[in-house]
Amino acid sequence: MYLFKPVLVFSLCLLAWPLWAQENPVHSFQLENGMRVIVKEDHRSPVAISMVWYGVGSSYESGGITGISHVLEHMMFKGTERYPAGEFSAIIAENGGQENAFTSYDFTAYYQYLAADRLETSFKLEADRMRHLTIPEKEFLKEVEVVKEERRLRTEDNPTSLTYEQFLATAWLNSPYHNPVIGWMTDLDSLTVEDLKSWYQKWYAPNNAILVVVGDVQPKQVFRLAKRYFGELQADGIASVKPQKETRQRGERRIKVKAPAELPHLMIGYKAPVVGQVDEEWEPYALEVLASLMAGGDTSLLQRELVRGQEIASAVDADYSAFRRMKTLFTVDGIPAAGHDVAELEQAIEKQLQKLRTQPVDQKELDRIKAGVIAGEIYQRDSVQHQAIIIGMLETLGLGWKTMDEYADRINAVTARQVQKVAKKYLVDDRKTIAILDPQPIDPANPPSKFSGELRK
Amino acid sequence: MNITTLRLLLLLVLASFSFTAHAVPEIIHWQTDKGLRVYFEKARELPMLDIRLVFDAGSARDGKNPGLASLTSGQIFHGTDKMDLITIAERFDDVGAEYSAGSLRDMAWVRLRSLTRPKSLDQALDTFLSVLSGPSFPEKDFRRAQKQALIGLQAEEQSPSSIATKTFFKAIYGDHPYGSSPSGTPESVRSIKRRDLVDFYQQYYVAANAILVIVGDVDEAQARQISRRVDQALKLGKKAPAIPDVPELKEAQRIRVPFPSEQAHIFIGQPGMLRGDEDYFPLYVGNHILGGSGFTSRLVKDVRVDRGLAYSVYSYFLPMRVKGPFMAGLQTRVDQTDEAIDIVFDAIRTYRNEGPTKQELKSSKKNITGGFPLRVASNSDLVDYLGVIGFYELSLNYLDDFTAQVEAVTIESIREAWQRRINPEHMVTVIVGGEEE
Repeated sequence: MYLFKPVLVFSLCLLAWPLWAQENPVHSFQLENGMRVIVKEDHRSPVAISMVWYGVGSSYESGGITGISHVLEHMMFKGTERYPAGEFSAIIAENGGQENAFTSYDFTAYYQYLAADRLETSFKLEADRMRHLTIPEKEFLKEVEVVKEERRLRTEDNPTSLTYEQFLATAWLNSPYHNPVIGWMTDLDSLTVEDLKSWYQKWYAPNNAILVVVGDVQPKQVFRLAKRYFGELQADGIASVKPQKETRQRGERRIKVKAPAELPHLMIGYKAPVVGQVDEEWEPYALEVLASLMAGGDTSLLQRELVRGQEIASAVDADYSAFRRMKTLFTVDGIPAAGHDVAELEQAIEKQLQKLRTQPVDQKELDRIKAGVIAGEIYQRDSVQHQAIIIGMLETLGLGWKTMDEYADRINAVTARQVQKVAKKYLVDDRKTIAILDPQPIDPANPPSKFSGELRK
Repeated sequence: MNITTLRLLLLLVLASFSFTAHAVPEIIHWQTDKGLRVYFEKARELPMLDIRLVFDAGSARDGKNPGLASLTSGQIFHGTDKMDLITIAERFDDVGAEYSAGSLRDMAWVRLRSLTRPKSLDQALDTFLSVLSGPSFPEKDFRRAQKQALIGLQAEEQSPSSIATKTFFKAIYGDHPYGSSPSGTPESVRSIKRRDLVDFYQQYYVAANAILVIVGDVDEAQARQISRRVDQALKLGKKAPAIPDVPELKEAQRIRVPFPSEQAHIFIGQPGMLRGDEDYFPLYVGNHILGGSGFTSRLVKDVRVDRGLAYSVYSYFLPMRVKGPFMAGLQTRVDQTDEAIDIVFDAIRTYRNEGPTKQELKSSKKNITGGFPLRVASNSDLVDYLGVIGFYELSLNYLDDFTAQVEAVTIESIREAWQRRINPEHMVTVIVGGEEE
């Protein structure tokens, strides 16, 4: 079965966390220029992942330059004076490494995955491009075209993504989560190399960066190498980002998105709090449990009732992440089963939500979710990449890696009553946005440009 | 450069499947009473266990019912005589076990991941084995799955890349079992009956047609005990018959599928190579340089870096039981279609004529051999590679010889193999997007 998760591209699923066993503690250290270094030992295999995280992403952008953080991420592979365009990738490749980068709303991260004894190469190159990027115009003009192709691939030609983008833009009026990570096409069209240079100057400095290393390494040696390569970089003034706190929603919002497609798609989002920005600290954890109860596998509520019981949905999902820089959305989305329409699906979902608001969930179901989280902590330790991503994200959000120590306990402490309370408090009409993908005939004479307002070149 | 590229790279790693000797962990291999081949790797650091059974039961076995292998694998966990879908799911969920089934063209698999503390492992394993020994394919669940499969087919029709993939396989394989789509057609899916799934399972999900992979925190005695229990859960059955050879393409073909997208999705290729192919190393190492090494490959340089024509561009061999595809792919704005196709063909022709440069070959060898530890670093990685070794009956020494085989590849051997095996004048080009030609 094809399940369409609209939150595909730039979100990370975090329900399962690594367990921080005492034998593999996390070590952290700060360089004099303010850069933090976090190391976690994992000696199972002679490999290591090295990641540099910057405190900048699309939610730091303003109108007119949306997508600039992501374009800059692309430009980070386009050379410094010491290592001209292409050298970085060639050197990592010759060392048997894999490398890439990703941009999200709240951060930008770069990584190299390589044999642990090659760590120094990675540091040398990352430190160099943190402060010495050249951003040649010639390279920029080509690379921004690559990004536009990326946008066409991910968004323009994908009816679900197209709908999701407009869904977010409707849910958030003035919060920067209004804008897509990849940027609006017209903003990409008007970006200049000067814009990129000033964005780089503004955010890329050791005091806005965090180095995370997980793997077969000795913390002392990692700190020594980090000091040698990153320690010599100058700290710089880092701008504070404007709050852009979302204005109060006053009633339900509803949109329709027309695009060439075969299947309708219903997306529902409720504004919800995140860890670190809520009075009741347990609430985000209760919301995570709620999302799992609703759509975490074959035993979950929506699968049981809507996909199998009533057979109203062909696919259905619920999604929420407690770890974001700003207030987020708790989403429920689905595709109606043959013979049913989005209106019926919406009603059926609402009925299930009403149950969750009015009755506490079954204790057994709650226990099952918790068993999954505890086992998931062990399973996730199988991946050094996953461990590094969680550390980097929590550190970049300012929550600290220790937040994950508490995670299992926090989830375990959630009660059936608390799940009911958050359902009642947050899954309400005045926090709700609904988007419906309204499929249009797939007709080659009618390209998506006709619907999205973009010109086909 | 972000997550999708990463996924692509992972896919290519799986497809290209390369090793060097120095970090190869010892694989312990035996056969059970019914002849089930077992591949075991001890990994005691984490208190967890992975079990994967791989059957020769992919869509190449669909016969007259395209979509049958996929429907069958999708419903294995939907019930037994004693347990319904919910009971099965709850028994796994209660102890935090993960389970799934899936299929491709060659293989189908069922997998279990569990904690090794006895309470969890016993319940997870008991449930897993009960399911394996007799899935009941309940009629009601079957009818729902059939409807969902039809919705899935509709979803494919709104995705230019899905349409391009189907069109490409049909064009290079025609009526060969690899030619039809694993998800079937609306007609075939509608005509499949519950009874077909039962028969398919009885014929192909049997010990003689399977291999078993065990990786994790158990000792050899425990692993042998587990393999005996799996052996008892499966019927002996028969090995599936050989899949016919793939004929060469006789001429070039260009297929345009009009689609209202901003980009054209382009696939160019031909039948490529099989697992254990005699030309495996010159083709694999050679492709690494052409389009298999991500940012440093020739195709990425020509199409993306120099001209900004595409976000994702690559080539790969997918070695299968018989010749899997050799394929180059990219997506570009519709009006750039012909320019991009010309560049890819130029790159393939030039490479075929001249082979790599000395420097390119040296760099690629360093990347492949130096990156070996990454490919077997996690338990998940080990499960993947033992699955491929077992399923395709590669020699256990294959890994020990791997570095030497990569090092032995020369410019000349690449050029010779590519000229013999790759023919740009008889390739299929599929374009989805833009208007009728």
